[in-house]
Amino acid sequence: MDHARSQSNRRDTLKRLAALGLVSAFGPLAGGPARAASKLVMGVIYVGPRDDYGYNQAQAQAAAAIKKNFPNVTVIEQEKVPETADVQRVMESMIEQDGASLIFATSFGYFDPHVLRMAEKYPNVRFAHCGGLWTAGKHPKNVGSYFGYIDECQYLNGVVAGYTSKTKKLGFIAAKPIPQVLRNINSFTMGARSVDPSITTQLIVTGDWSLPVKEAEATNTLVDQGADVLTCHVDSPKVIVEGAEKRGIYVCGYHVDQSALAPKGYLTGAEWNWITPYTTHVNDALAGKPLQNILRGGLKEGYVKTSPYGRAVVAAAKSKADAIKAQMVQGDFVIFQGPVKDNTGKIVIAAGTQQKQTDIALEQMNYLVEGVVGKV
Amino acid sequence: MANPDAALRWQDRIEAVLVPAFALVVSLVIFGAFMAVLGKNPLDVYLFIYKGGFGSSFALRDALARAAPLILCALCVALPANAGLMIIGGEGALVLGGLAAAMAGHGLVLAPALVAQAAMLAIGMIVGGAWIMLAGALRQWRGVNETISSLLLTYIALALFNQLVEGLLRDPESLNKPSTPPVGDAHMLHAFGTLELHPGLAFGVMFALIAFILMRYTTIGFALRVVGGNPRAALLAGLSTTPLILFACGMGGAAAGLAGAIEVAAVHGSANASLNAGYGYTGILVSFLARHNALAIVPVAVLMGGISASGGMLQRRMDLPDATVLVLQGVVFLAVLASESLYGRFGKLWRGVRRAPSVAVNEATA
Repeated sequence: MDHARSQSNRRDTLKRLAALGLVSAFGPLAGGPARAASKLVMGVIYVGPRDDYGYNQAQAQAAAAIKKNFPNVTVIEQEKVPETADVQRVMESMIEQDGASLIFATSFGYFDPHVLRMAEKYPNVRFAHCGGLWTAGKHPKNVGSYFGYIDECQYLNGVVAGYTSKTKKLGFIAAKPIPQVLRNINSFTMGARSVDPSITTQLIVTGDWSLPVKEAEATNTLVDQGADVLTCHVDSPKVIVEGAEKRGIYVCGYHVDQSALAPKGYLTGAEWNWITPYTTHVNDALAGKPLQNILRGGLKEGYVKTSPYGRAVVAAAKSKADAIKAQMVQGDFVIFQGPVKDNTGKIVIAAGTQQKQTDIALEQMNYLVEGVVGKV
Repeated sequence: MANPDAALRWQDRIEAVLVPAFALVVSLVIFGAFMAVLGKNPLDVYLFIYKGGFGSSFALRDALARAAPLILCALCVALPANAGLMIIGGEGALVLGGLAAAMAGHGLVLAPALVAQAAMLAIGMIVGGAWIMLAGALRQWRGVNETISSLLLTYIALALFNQLVEGLLRDPESLNKPSTPPVGDAHMLHAFGTLELHPGLAFGVMFALIAFILMRYTTIGFALRVVGGNPRAALLAGLSTTPLILFACGMGGAAAGLAGAIEVAAVHGSANASLNAGYGYTGILVSFLARHNALAIVPVAVLMGGISASGGMLQRRMDLPDATVLVLQGVVFLAVLASESLYGRFGKLWRGVRRAPSVAVNEATA
């Protein structure tokens, strides 16, 4: 089977290379990138393994869906590419050796300088970067950012956790105290405290995106301190979810559905739904439309989703979370609604002020809300 | 052939090429068998390794770009190894050298480009050198095993690096990817030549050449090798071992620090977590494969760079996981280590001349 596939792959490759030769021979005659194409080679680059039960798997699921839904799109993938000059080489070799004309650079650290440099060098190739850094006037037109408001799902995680917790102590394991992560910690805590204001979230920062040993230690520490629902923001929540299950407590997932790792204790999870921006970029490329530089959305736009409820989730939690989710899908729910106090008692969002998802202030978040035990 | 010494020297040289080549062939056969078990055609795999790593000017450039930091990191292992020290902490010197270079570059943002670039590279070398000297000092004065201390110092270096980059030295503009302030595009080192080669390559090759000449043709190099061969004999001969060992560590650390400085000055433009990409560890492998010979490090690093460059082709065309090239590198490493026992035995086959293997090893390592 495999052999047959590699044979046909080679044939396809030869065809592609021949086609590439033709394109480059007649390229100057046919005008630029804004041209409808019937075929497309799309490259996807991951910083970690594709099956990490986390960040990279969420991206790989979208790539797999494209492979399935678009028979005329060839998807090539490369995993564990570090954020060094290596990723520039990988992008170049996808473009030069495989004929890719749309590249998904999925790690945040790929953007500056790597994606920017390649985008300048290959103005006819489309680059889609996950993270939301593209700025009009400053960055090349053939680069786009896509990102999702996953804090909505973390808020819902918090609501379900709030109903489930008996000890009223929750635990959050975070990689780095950067705005994106703080936003999740705060949303999770605010969701839980909307159920019961006496709830606190104990925060542990590990210091890096993938430190399985530290994450396992943090899991045990939090359980020992009395936390009975955990969630996290690290690249692969695998050890945290498994650790929580082993210790007999509950856990909310992150990035992808991890229910298979904790059949008893998995409550729900905040998941990416990258298939939405991937499909948009692929359709635009096939139709020859210009690249959309900024693609963002939350539950409403289908950029994020929640895992199905686990068996430990009580009915009251489901109905409350579903009601809030319905509001979010309508676009009527604002998480960061003043007054919001940080955990030192300072007002960080004044009463009557609403910071909606697109608010730039949220991107510069540098505080932990009331109820989080920990320091930035 | 009249002079038996010359004959022996030639035999050593031939062995120095033949034995690693033989090890390489054996490892390719083992790896091919492994691929066959996985249901892939080994010939296809070899073809893609060749194509992806060496088969076109594009692939070659890819291999050379990856080789650049490896050369310098391998020197961080090879130079102390010649003095009898097993230093494996190049990664720590790399990140701290990079951090120091980034801060120097930022501080000299108004200076002429050449001044800023020279300062960045120099300070990177000084900081990296000082860091590895620390491991040498711990060994000479406190009796701490340098392999362990250099490894542990790497963890300290990374913690220090993260603490500074995410705290004191953080550019407030770098929101979601904490970094030091940028050194500025105008002050960065740029790719050179028609192949757009990585600027680190020139520095790496230069450093390797200097290290080779130093080791082979100077009295310091000779003294270092004596210290490495037998420290007691060196003491007896009146050599002051401590300064020599610190010098070797300093040179090695300077190479790794330079690698970090070049990564900042040529690739990243500031110091951030991306600097910690594991070059220091791959450098250990390269140095062992090159048998700690500074000159041999260059082609070995290119070979390793090519193998990792071909990893992409294997993933994309043959649906093999990323770990495939790691398996190949591991098999190569084991085969080369195992082949060490072959040195000095070919002569026996050819002419029935029996030689003490230790002499052969010393000559070849030099």
